[in-house]
Amino acid sequence: MAPTQPFPFLTVLVLLPAAGAAAVALVPSRRVAGWLHEALGIAVATATLVLAIVIAIRFQVSNAGYQMRSDHVWASSLGIHWFVGVDGISLFLVLMAALLFPLVMLGARSRTDRRSFVAWILLLEAACLGSFVSLDLILFFLFFELTLVPTYFIIGGWGFARRGYAAIKFFVYTFAGSAFLLVGILAVAFLHQSQTHVLTFELPALMNTHLSGTEGVLLFLAFTAAFAVKAPVFPFHTWSPDAYAEAPTAGSVLLAAVMAKLGTYGIIRFDLNLFPQATHTLAPLLLTLGVVGILYGAVVACVQRDLKRLVAYSSLAHIGFIVLGTFALTTQGLSGGVLQMVNHGLVIAALFLLIGWIYERRRTWQVSELTGLQKAAPVLAGVFTLVMLASVGVPGLNGFVGEFLVLSGTFIVHRWWAVAATAGVILAALYLLWAYQQVFHGVASGANAKIRDLGWGERLVIAPLVILIVFLGIYPKPVLDRITPSVNRLVAHIEQVTHEHQPAVATTGSTSGSHPAAGTASGPAPGGASSAPARPVARTVTRGAQ
Amino acid sequence: MLHLTFLIFLLPLAGFAVQVLLGRRMGDPLAGAVATTFVGASFVVGVLVFFALLGVHAPVRSFTQVLWTWLPVGGLHVNLGFTADPLSMTMVLFVTGISTLIHLYSISYMKGDPDYPKFFLYLNLFVASMLILVLGNNLLVTFVGWEGVGTCSYWLISFWFHRDSAASAGKKAFVYNRIGDAGFLLAMFLTFQSVGSLDYSTIFARLGQVSPGTITAIALLLFVGAVGKSAQIPLFPWLADAMEGPTPVSALIHAATMVTAGVYLMCRVNPLLHASGAASLTIAIVGAATAFVAATIACAQSDIKKVLAYSTVSQLGYMFLAVGTGAYEAALFLMIAHAFFKGLLFLGAGSVIHGLHDEQDLKRMGNLRRYMKVTFYTFAVAWLAIAGVPPLSGFWAKGDVLDNAFARYPALWVVGLAAALLTAYYLSRLVALAFFGDDRWRTDNRPAGHGHDGSEPHESPWPMKVPLVILAILALAGGALSFPWYGSGTLLRWVDPVFGANLYDAHQSVGLQWGLAITDSAVAIVGVVLGFALWRKVTERPALENAFLRRSWYLNELYDSVIGRPGARLAAFTASTVEGGIIDGAVNGIASAVRRGGGLVRRAQTGYVRNYALGIVLGVVVIFGFMLTRVWWS
Repeated sequence: MAPTQPFPFLTVLVLLPAAGAAAVALVPSRRVAGWLHEALGIAVATATLVLAIVIAIRFQVSNAGYQMRSDHVWASSLGIHWFVGVDGISLFLVLMAALLFPLVMLGARSRTDRRSFVAWILLLEAACLGSFVSLDLILFFLFFELTLVPTYFIIGGWGFARRGYAAIKFFVYTFAGSAFLLVGILAVAFLHQSQTHVLTFELPALMNTHLSGTEGVLLFLAFTAAFAVKAPVFPFHTWSPDAYAEAPTAGSVLLAAVMAKLGTYGIIRFDLNLFPQATHTLAPLLLTLGVVGILYGAVVACVQRDLKRLVAYSSLAHIGFIVLGTFALTTQGLSGGVLQMVNHGLVIAALFLLIGWIYERRRTWQVSELTGLQKAAPVLAGVFTLVMLASVGVPGLNGFVGEFLVLSGTFIVHRWWAVAATAGVILAALYLLWAYQQVFHGVASGANAKIRDLGWGERLVIAPLVILIVFLGIYPKPVLDRITPSVNRLVAHIEQVTHEHQPAVATTGSTSGSHPAAGTASGPAPGGASSAPARPVARTVTRGAQ
Repeated sequence: MLHLTFLIFLLPLAGFAVQVLLGRRMGDPLAGAVATTFVGASFVVGVLVFFALLGVHAPVRSFTQVLWTWLPVGGLHVNLGFTADPLSMTMVLFVTGISTLIHLYSISYMKGDPDYPKFFLYLNLFVASMLILVLGNNLLVTFVGWEGVGTCSYWLISFWFHRDSAASAGKKAFVYNRIGDAGFLLAMFLTFQSVGSLDYSTIFARLGQVSPGTITAIALLLFVGAVGKSAQIPLFPWLADAMEGPTPVSALIHAATMVTAGVYLMCRVNPLLHASGAASLTIAIVGAATAFVAATIACAQSDIKKVLAYSTVSQLGYMFLAVGTGAYEAALFLMIAHAFFKGLLFLGAGSVIHGLHDEQDLKRMGNLRRYMKVTFYTFAVAWLAIAGVPPLSGFWAKGDVLDNAFARYPALWVVGLAAALLTAYYLSRLVALAFFGDDRWRTDNRPAGHGHDGSEPHESPWPMKVPLVILAILALAGGALSFPWYGSGTLLRWVDPVFGANLYDAHQSVGLQWGLAITDSAVAIVGVVLGFALWRKVTERPALENAFLRRSWYLNELYDSVIGRPGARLAAFTASTVEGGIIDGAVNGIASAVRRGGGLVRRAQTGYVRNYALGIVLGVVVIFGFMLTRVWWS
């Protein structure tokens, strides 16, 4: 396949931070001040963000396939290609990652050895972006594994008291999962080779591999082992509270917001595309794990007395929603799952940044040592409230849109799973409001009374997240318009293989979405036609009351 | 004019934005004045839209405005759409009207509070949310407002967050509301599944395709939401705690507007209720039971605001009784009348609390009628109105509810009548304790800094008095809504197109109506006389204020022991044993098993060549043996 794009946007997107990492590492730290490394890192990350935005602008809205593809033979004898492309499912993950990296470098800086810190973060950015755009399985695997190295060093090098334990646990646990993934990738490729006599690792080609039921299930499990650990999906999550809690703020943000998505993204991109039949067969299992994660994460979060661990368990619950939506295998569920990946990334990043700033001021995450902060730090409290409400899923903010889509998309095919998950909505309010009351309400004394409010720099870092949290809550259409075509393509692929179809209501629904007159005047309207196109400020005096 | 509909909620929202950006700079009292102006402007726009709607002929009296598509995902297509019809505009007018008055009142009431601008910020956002709730043209937009008012309520209840009780009460309100909201969410999922749309008009048009069981399920799930929001059995305990908020908040949110959202929702989905007799009956039973239970609790409270809070719960119960009966217009009538007199009662209570420097204990009041004349007379109007004394608004409104109940569910009518007797009784008790008797507030034996300082109670300034007087006039004359002004039509019949044939019609003879009216009046007067006779001179009657009633039927204790503490134990068990012991234990167990296994195998690596040589020999023997057996067997 020849490169379809004159300018290799995605290749540059991946190589830019990698080159930046090398550049930062090569600038000797003795000669220049530490801030130069940071400035260089931020400049590279910002350039990457700009490039990501350009990619988003050039992205064709109704094109469901992979866009801006670059395909070059890398190792011809092994059939490995540098094959990258972006579709509606990966586009916003790329954007989110590209936004969070510069913000993290600005908002969660290191005090020691800034050169290595910045270099590792840039390398991590390259690896994460590479994972999101790879369409060659080996290429994906390389990037997927590459993320481990910088993360290990960031946790181990700049973490807190039990950083050694957390770093090793994180590394070994995820690496163990990846071993299954590698075996799975090779197995799929060889099965494909035996059928077609072509050795390739390109996803579109491998999607045509014929798999028996058992083969599919085993390969699905091998792939999912890696992704479930990375996400993390219950019960493979126990590395995450340790890693999130012991990592420096930057590490926590990137682990929870970006790297967790490698797992859920991997499930959607590879499990669903390569093993539709097995996905369908095993969906009840994964749905159950998702629901259990939602409830279990919330219940365990309720008893945490450490803000970071509390947020870590809340993250487990939110990942559960993504898994639930994914395995509903409906348009709404999958779109909601993809959107929720972005939403969760923004919200959890904001939460970890805010908690990190509280730590910078008070040197503690223990809820018992914090009280009444709202008095002295009203802006911090206000931003925290907003982010918390987004996490709780209050409509008008981004979290609700994703959760609603996930739950409605699940309800129409797996009712009782959705009902159980809805209970998680109640629990989320319980622990987050409890934490907020303990930390921000009450009468402050001592250091809590004199806590410094957010400075201008911090406000600038958090502002993009706050704006996106609100914007995606009230106008998610631009995002959904780009996600949905790719999701529909994926659902169609699965339906074609499994011959199981989602309910008609998921695809056609109401005919009178924006035109109530049709529904009221003509009685029961047919449910066949697709929904009416959006119209800005449509004004109609309807005929007939209910 | 109709296309101004979106401004109705956008103006308070803009007010909120202004407060966020400039509130601190404007400070006290400008911030309050600006906030009041925005809400007042919203009222004016509401009036304009109302008259424009009057110009549209009755059967098509509905106007929908779509701002943009909110959720376009496959078959799920939800617009940010708003509908102005008789029902929503009735709500808009009374919500914005009352809100304006209470904003005005708050300018004085909140004076001197360090977070003065923030109060108006929340208040404006609340009004915007409430208007989104009533104007939404589909369930999801209504839900946005629904959660929005809940969130603002959370902020406003815990407004004085330095008090632990206030912070906890805010959280409690949010969580109780969330339980109801889960029902609302499930109702939306089920609606989407069975109808393919969340638009009210489409849902109602397609009800024919939906099985009766599903309709009942949707209706009851929505009612679960209403039970949470409108504080009905079993989710009412949060409303009493919500009194921790500033009194204008109690008046606006926890009496006049937000808590009536559940009643509004039930009226909005009247075709569902009409199609499901089981759901209607359930609603009526819950409503009547709540009306009675809450009234008994109100009889034993000594905090002036708690009496009013339980009274609100009880009155909301009446509204649901009306909804369950199918008498939606009676429910709306009582909702509006209740907004007048209960808003007035709360504002009057605020005036008393203000005058006595934050004293809320009825037992420490007394004889205030001599010191706070405007407050007393306006309060008296509200008291007689809610008691149901003719010809005040409450008499007509409650009478309307009870007449319909009498015709459809006579047993529930009896419960409602008993609650009416209690209503007249506990409010007379309140008035007797606060405004009559001795000047008990003079003998102040409280620690310094709490309660009043012994100086005489003072009347409140004009921004607080004006709303009192306006509301008193409305509470006095609100019954006019049900008078036959033209032919046989009343002002309330304006809402008819929304309900159509779904409206229950009792068809009572004139004689029966007179009989019921006389019964209601007699009950009201008996209650008033009883309450007054018992409490005018005496402040302690332990038999009438027993612990069971004071502690609201021990409901909080029940929830704590059945859900709260077992839940906490379960969570603790999960976190320690399941998480630490089993799941993480397995992970660490595997790790240590590997380490121990490695330790064992390591012993083989002795470093002696003879040991390795022995190993090689043994290996060769085994392989030979294996090959021999293979040959043998084949």
